[in-house]
Amino acid sequence: MTDAPLLSVRNLRVTFPTRQGLFQAVRGIDFDLGRERLGVVGESGSGKSMTGRSVLGLIRPPGRVEADRMEFQGQSILNLSERRMRKIRGQRISMVMQDPKFSLNPVMTVGRQITEAYRLHRRVSRADAHAKAIEMLRAVQIRDPERVMDSYPHEVSGGMGQRIMIAMMLAPDPEILIADEPTSALDVSVRNEVLSIMDNLVRDRGMGLIFISHDLNMVAQFCDRVLIMYAGRIVETLPARELHKARHPYTQGLLASLPRLDAPQDRLPVLTRQDSWRDDDLIAPRADTDLPGGL
Amino acid sequence: MTPPMLAIRDLNVWFGEPPDRVDAVKSADISVAQGESFGLVGESGSGKSTILRAVAGLIDSWSGDLQVAGLKVRGARRDRQFFKTVQMVFQDPYASLHPRHSVDAVLSETLHLQGIGNVDQRINKLLDDVGLGRSFRFRYPHQLSGGQRQRVAIARALAAEPRLLLLDEPTSALDVSVQAEILNLLSDLRAEHDLTYLMVTHDLAVVGHMCDRIAVMQHGRLVEELPVADLRRGAAKAEYTRGLIEASGSLGATA
Ligand SMILES: Nc1ncnc2c1ncn2[C@@H]1O[C@H](COP(=O)(O)OP(=O)(O)OP(=O)(O)O)[C@@H](O)[C@H]1O
Ligand SMILES: Nc1ncnc2c1ncn2[C@@H]1O[C@H](COP(=O)(O)OP(=O)(O)OP(=O)(O)O)[C@@H](O)[C@H]1O
Ligand SMILES: [Mg+2]
Ligand SMILES: [Mg+2]
Repeated sequence: MTDAPLLSVRNLRVTFPTRQGLFQAVRGIDFDLGRERLGVVGESGSGKSMTGRSVLGLIRPPGRVEADRMEFQGQSILNLSERRMRKIRGQRISMVMQDPKFSLNPVMTVGRQITEAYRLHRRVSRADAHAKAIEMLRAVQIRDPERVMDSYPHEVSGGMGQRIMIAMMLAPDPEILIADEPTSALDVSVRNEVLSIMDNLVRDRGMGLIFISHDLNMVAQFCDRVLIMYAGRIVETLPARELHKARHPYTQGLLASLPRLDAPQDRLPVLTRQDSWRDDDLIAPRADTDLPGGL
Repeated sequence: MTPPMLAIRDLNVWFGEPPDRVDAVKSADISVAQGESFGLVGESGSGKSTILRAVAGLIDSWSGDLQVAGLKVRGARRDRQFFKTVQMVFQDPYASLHPRHSVDAVLSETLHLQGIGNVDQRINKLLDDVGLGRSFRFRYPHQLSGGQRQRVAIARALAAEPRLLLLDEPTSALDVSVQAEILNLLSDLRAEHDLTYLMVTHDLAVVGHMCDRIAVMQHGRLVEELPVADLRRGAAKAEYTRGLIEASGSLGATA
């Protein structure tokens, strides 16, 4: 069990019926996740969120998930029954959704949501759960946790919503955290604090982190490895610190379109997408090596 | 002399009653000239969205003086003329789109409300402008990715052909290439139609690219206002601003 990957995915496909026929949001991707920080980048609509959601059985019908393999510590979790998935979701694998405020219950206070979620997974008293919730909110740099505990989701700011969601998902100590744009609304200083919390969990407790983000610089600095998605496929896999040496023209184009504080320009370069990128050969070697979570 | 497009004087915004009252914005002054692009940055929870929401008439517990194109606005009442002048793009695109309205319905509603004709053509043009394309026209919000939803929200704001756009983290849900497209589009529109922007973002490189001046917020107060050139040079006065610049610089170095 020592070096089996935490998560192993082969030929994952996610399909939706639409007016124009079947739409393939994810088109056969392979990856392993070890006890590492795995970044997932790629343009809007490339399938990042659907990849994360499919791991937790969160693709709603008529959407369909198929795969040759989807294993969590060696056990198949592909299309598990809702009853069995509920034992895993939130407790062993949790996900911070891209729309945090939308994923919170609008008519329940933040405090009640965090404590109830926590008590679902841990047998603790209400008072202990309350204390844990306050501790978690403080850890994600919420200034006045007592007030925020009594607030409803519409009463907190965008970035506070994100941090509440992170606090709630980390409280039960999951083995895998899937974080979908978890820091997109955070100012840099708060963001760095939140990143270091996740970092510690990976290093100290061996959590596996799937980190979905648009922020290429941040991913390059923070993650160990990066998957680059385009049109439902992984077009390239790189060690994070070599992101700037990307070989795929798509990844290079993404890097070029970033505005920079130190080098102002009138217009930002934009990508000219090539039809061939959809189905070209993949640049990275396929991930089915015997080094789980490695390249 | 033309009045500023947006003049905010001594704005205070609070929520709730004592002892639970939250003072979200304290005595803020901002003036944005016609045709200017002004950035608002700062700590999460510091009151940035609250300022925009108060201007847009979504909050009634405020005091101070708010003027749009020289006209005073009061309380939370805004007439149709106001929304012809001012549109807002919300931070949270999911919440701002009605789950049962298709993209087509959202855009045609705005066009009709503003008495803009040629609806069919306009919708296609708007979808092209925000890089979505026509195949998205009959989709519902749950059938869109996060960034696609945000682009619908931007298209809706542009549909009304406003003069002042309040943009709350307009591109933070977008990947960098779509962000570049949207920022270029916003720059073009500003140049063509002399639009005015008040833009909230946590990304200093984005404000640096888009804005002429910025204000920095912390704990409900504006701690500093500075021209973007100073931001670039790292010539900020407030300690908090310097910290922000430093923290983002350390990450920017890898690109
Ligand atoms: N219910 C659905 N029906 C049809 N298409 C869908 C549905 N849900 C998602 N899609 C499509 O699947 C594709 C992948 O969506 P996904 O949410 O994974 O994108 P993403 O990479 O997370 O993008 P973003 O960065 O904008 O969040 C998108 O093109 C989206 O429009
Ligand atoms: N409806 C409300 N009721 C009570 N408090 C509120 C309400 N809306 C906002 N607040 C509080 O006002 C403060 C400022 O919130 P605001 O949304 O303006 O922050 P922000 O600067 O936009 O932050 P972010 O960058 O995280 O979006 C926060 O402490 C928030 O909890
Ligand atoms: Mg997404
Ligand atoms: Mg906000």
